[in-house]
Amino acid sequence: MLLRRKSGEENGQEMKKIFSWFCCALLATAVGCAQPKKPSHQIEVWHWMTDRQDALEVMAKKYEQETGIKVKIELFAPSDAYSQKVIAAAQANVLPDIYGILSKKAIVASFIKAGYVADLSADFAAHDSAWEKSMFVKALDVNRFPEGNIEKVKPGLYGVPIDVTNIQLIYNKKLLRKAGITRPPETFTEFVSQIKALKRVGIVPFVSGFGEMWLVECFALNYAFNIMGEEKVFKTFRGEVPYTDPDWIQVFSVFKTLTDHGAFMQGIVTKGNKLAEQDFALGRAAFAFNGSWCVNVYHDMNPSLEYGVIQLPPINSALPMRMWGGAGSSFEVSNSSPNKDKAISFLKWLTAKEQQVFLSEQTNNLPANREALGAIPQVLAEFSRVMETVTHPSVWPLNEDPLALETFVKGIQSIMIAESTPERVAQDVAAVKERQLDKMKR
Amino acid sequence: MPVMADTRDFSKGPLDAFKNSLFVVPAVLIFSVFYIYPFFNLLWLSFHQWQGIGPMIWVGFQNFQGIAGDKVWWASMGHAAYITLIALTFQNALAFALALACDREIRMKRFYCMVFFIPPVLSEVVVGILWNWVLNAGQQNGQNIGLLNYFLVQTGLPNLVHNWLSDPKTALTCIAVVHSWKGFGWGFIMLLAGLQTIDKQYYEAAKVDGAGSWSSFKNVTIPMMLPVIMVVVILTILGSMQVFVLILSLVNQGLVYHTEVPVTRILGSMFTTNQFGYACAQAVIFGAILVVVSFGMKKLSNSIKQA
Repeated sequence: MLLRRKSGEENGQEMKKIFSWFCCALLATAVGCAQPKKPSHQIEVWHWMTDRQDALEVMAKKYEQETGIKVKIELFAPSDAYSQKVIAAAQANVLPDIYGILSKKAIVASFIKAGYVADLSADFAAHDSAWEKSMFVKALDVNRFPEGNIEKVKPGLYGVPIDVTNIQLIYNKKLLRKAGITRPPETFTEFVSQIKALKRVGIVPFVSGFGEMWLVECFALNYAFNIMGEEKVFKTFRGEVPYTDPDWIQVFSVFKTLTDHGAFMQGIVTKGNKLAEQDFALGRAAFAFNGSWCVNVYHDMNPSLEYGVIQLPPINSALPMRMWGGAGSSFEVSNSSPNKDKAISFLKWLTAKEQQVFLSEQTNNLPANREALGAIPQVLAEFSRVMETVTHPSVWPLNEDPLALETFVKGIQSIMIAESTPERVAQDVAAVKERQLDKMKR
Repeated sequence: MPVMADTRDFSKGPLDAFKNSLFVVPAVLIFSVFYIYPFFNLLWLSFHQWQGIGPMIWVGFQNFQGIAGDKVWWASMGHAAYITLIALTFQNALAFALALACDREIRMKRFYCMVFFIPPVLSEVVVGILWNWVLNAGQQNGQNIGLLNYFLVQTGLPNLVHNWLSDPKTALTCIAVVHSWKGFGWGFIMLLAGLQTIDKQYYEAAKVDGAGSWSSFKNVTIPMMLPVIMVVVILTILGSMQVFVLILSLVNQGLVYHTEVPVTRILGSMFTTNQFGYACAQAVIFGAILVVVSFGMKKLSNSIKQA
């Protein structure tokens, strides 16, 4: 039998075929087939909180001693990198048993709708809602999707807050005394006169990380709630009230007034909050706008710093000043975790009074469990005063369009560098908002 | 029945060729997973409206149309071009001048080479923090905290004290200068290596012909260095157009829109405004521009070489 010798070209083509199939098989194995997890005596927790790693490790060891279940605490920082990791893990279906979603409520909703987050409503409601009742309502609200929520998520409670936080005005007692000020301001007018007094004695009045957009947004929307009330703000988000409304111009004017009186530290518009915290801790500014996490930061930077905490001084006495706050850090339980019950039990244990007091003492964060409040330091207690009235974008029925919000914040920054006026910024934001509304309608 | 000799060359048969090709599988696999797949996925995503998680909506060329009318995006391209221009001139002129100086027989030559190469090996975040301290415009008890402003006051130039990073007139230039400071070491090393390959006989021949220093530089050094200069120019353009970590560490999320560059816009679209599809479209356009620029420079380089 004559065996025909294959030509080089035929050989090459055959090779290409074999090679292509081999590559495809390898690629499919490498990319497509994540192994489903099996039940085990180990719970995996992913988090981003560098300052809480040691305390969480201690808690994990204690839990293992008490229950025999090992808790593997994995830290991924910075928070941006953590967020990206969680999104990638969700897409690849390799989320750990417990994790946190560091994003806006719309993104959390996307996770829930995609089936990555377990509904914990039944667990919170068990035993006459004992677990739910022990926690701050505002902290739970961050993870709650009520009936008829705008994200169209199945109503439920989808996360467990491990601590709470809020953002307020912090004042340096020593610097205020130096300027002859005996008590912190109670109104915006008083605030402005204290700024003048501080300037007279050469003290920089105010610092904050206004290079970070969310802090500008927070400061501005606190005043928006105070000037026009919550409902009008939401009407604006819905497109029913334009940003050129006089109330919004008054909100933008807050920044103009403060700029005109030289309230802001030089370079505030490009300052990150870490540097702003350093400035305040070193006594370079009399007031700071910062969150309750600062207690820990200031303690590390300058343990002898004397400071107090107040709400932002209101402009409109007829409406309340609603500070931002709620769950500081929350954990979600993976819906596909084979250790779901074990993960929930661990979170119940972690948010019990004893563990919450320990976490608060170790990390200087406000406890999520209200029963733990009695045992916390004085400054934290000052922060906790407003916890029952705080608000946060994640509990609002709707949020502003991200592009309109970016224009809003950038516009405020342009007022702070005297490049624009409140009226012009209002027009710019209104134009973007209108464009986005048109896009949505289309 | 005649017996035919089996003339097959087993060393070149399909099995052997298969075995041989297995050696390239790891490289092909890595290249496919980390380059080819992400590229096509990026292209695919650029035709969608997507928040990063959840359903994707096909929008065709809508994202690209949006970019065409996005003034902030095109301004960011202008900012990147400005930083690139400063880097091409200031950074490379400095690198070339220092390389020429170190090409001579001078004392402590190695020490200078090492010192000039320190900035490039520093992390951009570290450089950002360092220069933030230099350019800080804050004050405490009437004293400037920032090194530059403090120095200006101490040297009798208080009128020049400035809010360097928060003034639209100076912020981008400061970023460009810091970027050039960080990057000149690469150019220096490459240009120095290039200078050391020029045969000294050319200079001796030029000297015999009566050429002075300038004439030798113009007629010997520059023509001989052209290939290296072109490589440095291409790398400078690519590196400067893609600068962003330094910007984030110097001015955080930016001074309004005055310090935006394409990469910070792409990041902003992705994580601030949650427009992943739009961000991918921006990345596609930006990548295409860089490819065109690179090919343009390569062609220019070839034509200069031929001339």
